[in-house]
Amino acid sequence: MDDFAVNITDMGFRYPDNDVVSFSKLNLKIAKGERFGLFGPNGAGKTTLMNLMTGVLQVDEGKITLFGNDIGHQKNEVNKLFGFVPQDFSFYQELSPVENLEFFGAWSGLNSYEIRHRSNELLQILGLDDVRDKQVKKFSGGMKRRVNLAIGVIHKPAVLFLDEPTVGVDVQTRHAIIEYLRVLNDNGTTLIYTSHQLNEAQGLCEQVAMIDDGKIIAQGNIDNLLAEHKQKSLEALFINLTGKELRD
Amino acid sequence: MFKLLATIQKDIRVLLRDKVGIALMFVMPIILVIVVTSIQNSTFELVSKNKLPILIYNQDTGKSSLQMIKAIGNIGMFKVSQTSKGETNIVDAMHHSDAMLGIVIPANFSAKVEAKSKSVSDKAMASFGLGDSTKKAAVGDVDPLILYYNPVLQESLRLSVKGALQSSLQMVESRETLRTLYFSINEKELPEKLENDMLNNRTPISEVPVSKDGTKSTPNSTQHNVPAWTIFAMFFVIMSLGGSVVKEKVSGSYIRLKTLPTSYHVALISKQVVFLGVTLLQAAVIFSMGIWLFPYIGLPALNPPTDVLALVITTLICGWCAVSYAICVGVYADTQEQSNGFGAVSIVILACVGGLMVPSFAMQGAFKTAADISPMHWCLEAYYTLFLEGGKLKDILDNLVPLFVITLVIQFVTYLGLKRKNLI
Repeated sequence: MDDFAVNITDMGFRYPDNDVVSFSKLNLKIAKGERFGLFGPNGAGKTTLMNLMTGVLQVDEGKITLFGNDIGHQKNEVNKLFGFVPQDFSFYQELSPVENLEFFGAWSGLNSYEIRHRSNELLQILGLDDVRDKQVKKFSGGMKRRVNLAIGVIHKPAVLFLDEPTVGVDVQTRHAIIEYLRVLNDNGTTLIYTSHQLNEAQGLCEQVAMIDDGKIIAQGNIDNLLAEHKQKSLEALFINLTGKELRD
Repeated sequence: MFKLLATIQKDIRVLLRDKVGIALMFVMPIILVIVVTSIQNSTFELVSKNKLPILIYNQDTGKSSLQMIKAIGNIGMFKVSQTSKGETNIVDAMHHSDAMLGIVIPANFSAKVEAKSKSVSDKAMASFGLGDSTKKAAVGDVDPLILYYNPVLQESLRLSVKGALQSSLQMVESRETLRTLYFSINEKELPEKLENDMLNNRTPISEVPVSKDGTKSTPNSTQHNVPAWTIFAMFFVIMSLGGSVVKEKVSGSYIRLKTLPTSYHVALISKQVVFLGVTLLQAAVIFSMGIWLFPYIGLPALNPPTDVLALVITTLICGWCAVSYAICVGVYADTQEQSNGFGAVSIVILACVGGLMVPSFAMQGAFKTAADISPMHWCLEAYYTLFLEGGKLKDILDNLVPLFVITLVIQFVTYLGLKRKNLI
């Protein structure tokens, strides 16, 4: 196994039927056990990079490894190592939280005992035990976010990708989610996280990378970056690096 | 296997909570089968039992027109009524009396028929050497009877009516000719008994349905419609399954499935298993209705085929084909609206060219070729061989093989779509 949870080497990618190169010769290393933040304005390529790291999209050049496994060639091994919490609600709204966990748990490679055990544990931790048998489509946005997170971590992944996991939720839910992410990280899970909530990100992440226009424009420890750029907050640093121009 | 069972369980749960989808897959086809069978049955009874209303305006005062009216009544397929309101009013009269047909008998009908009979009789006598061969009566053609008809009458039925009227007319003319000829020879009236013996002594026609197993049960509207619309019902799963594939594809759940250590093929196999079960259930429900429910609502009962194994195999392959087609449409469609719209229209087209709405033996040229590539055509042929001809499994192999091949082609096209769209 590699020392890096994620190792991106000379990666190139462009969407089909699109002349604009999304990424070219991109290099990025994320160490095991880190809480890593990936930030950038709208359209910078955060979600695309997340999809490339999780194998949803295939790289055109270079390679991406997770714990030394090439995601392009060892997909089955790699897919067992990580969990993914997409920005969209990625589950079946007609099903209850328990039913969703049963299905996604099986697809994550767990047996029925493990599924039952982990489901009970996660529903307790994330405050969903009282509504475990109700259809998710009747839930509030915050409850759906927690279901989305529970499914992503049911198989105790070594690395967890989170694409804006707290978007559109109230303060209480955000607090609960962030606290749980800390617990996961304390237990050894590497977190790779994108968000536009930079205050929240500053409290959670140790290492960050700022991307814009498909390129990494800054990377490193938050405190070091703030000192280097003479900024007091991550948000100020973000504006300093990416400008105030509105993005689509 | 555990993953597949979990996926099947998930698909069944999602399906059972889709009340609209279930209604579309079960209630709508059931209503369709009952309505279409009832309509076709009442059309059949209109001709065979209820009789077709016909309105006659007789301008003639002679006996031939009365014989003609009596002959029309004797055909047995018409409910005859007369009007005296005149030819110009017959259309209104037809509307008021709900008559589908109207006949106007011209004023000089009897005189013309008699003159024509006399002319024929004279010619016959001359040819026998009993009359004057130089005598030629100036005879004009009998003025035509005018047949008014309601345009809703199907052409085949209208032609049957025309043929029956022609037969009645022939009977009246033959009777008159025979009487005239007899009188010319014997100089006395034709005895009524002899007249009846000569004119009514027709050779009967026996109808025998041709079957594979030698049985002679007469097919009815149920026997024709239940198998046909069961096929349509099975293909109707596209409304739920096609949309379900698109929904999974465009919603976030597909993204998550793609990041899990399980092949998407498991999801596709699960959908095929679950919806194949749905199609089998649809067929079981509709066939059961035909057998046990139809007699209670005044429709002929469905006679199930003797070769049940052949019926099960046909239903299985047809169901698999319907499910494969629904998944294929779902894979290529970008939205649920596209899937539902294209799916609904395409199965109606497949049903049309497949012979569900118009018999495929009546199709010509390009439509005949189109019928050959419609899976519904092959399934319908197999069902008809089983339900109408008493066929066995060996009799429908020629239908099942093309149906199976079409299903494999659809599966391959689906695979190409999944690859092209980077879904597997």
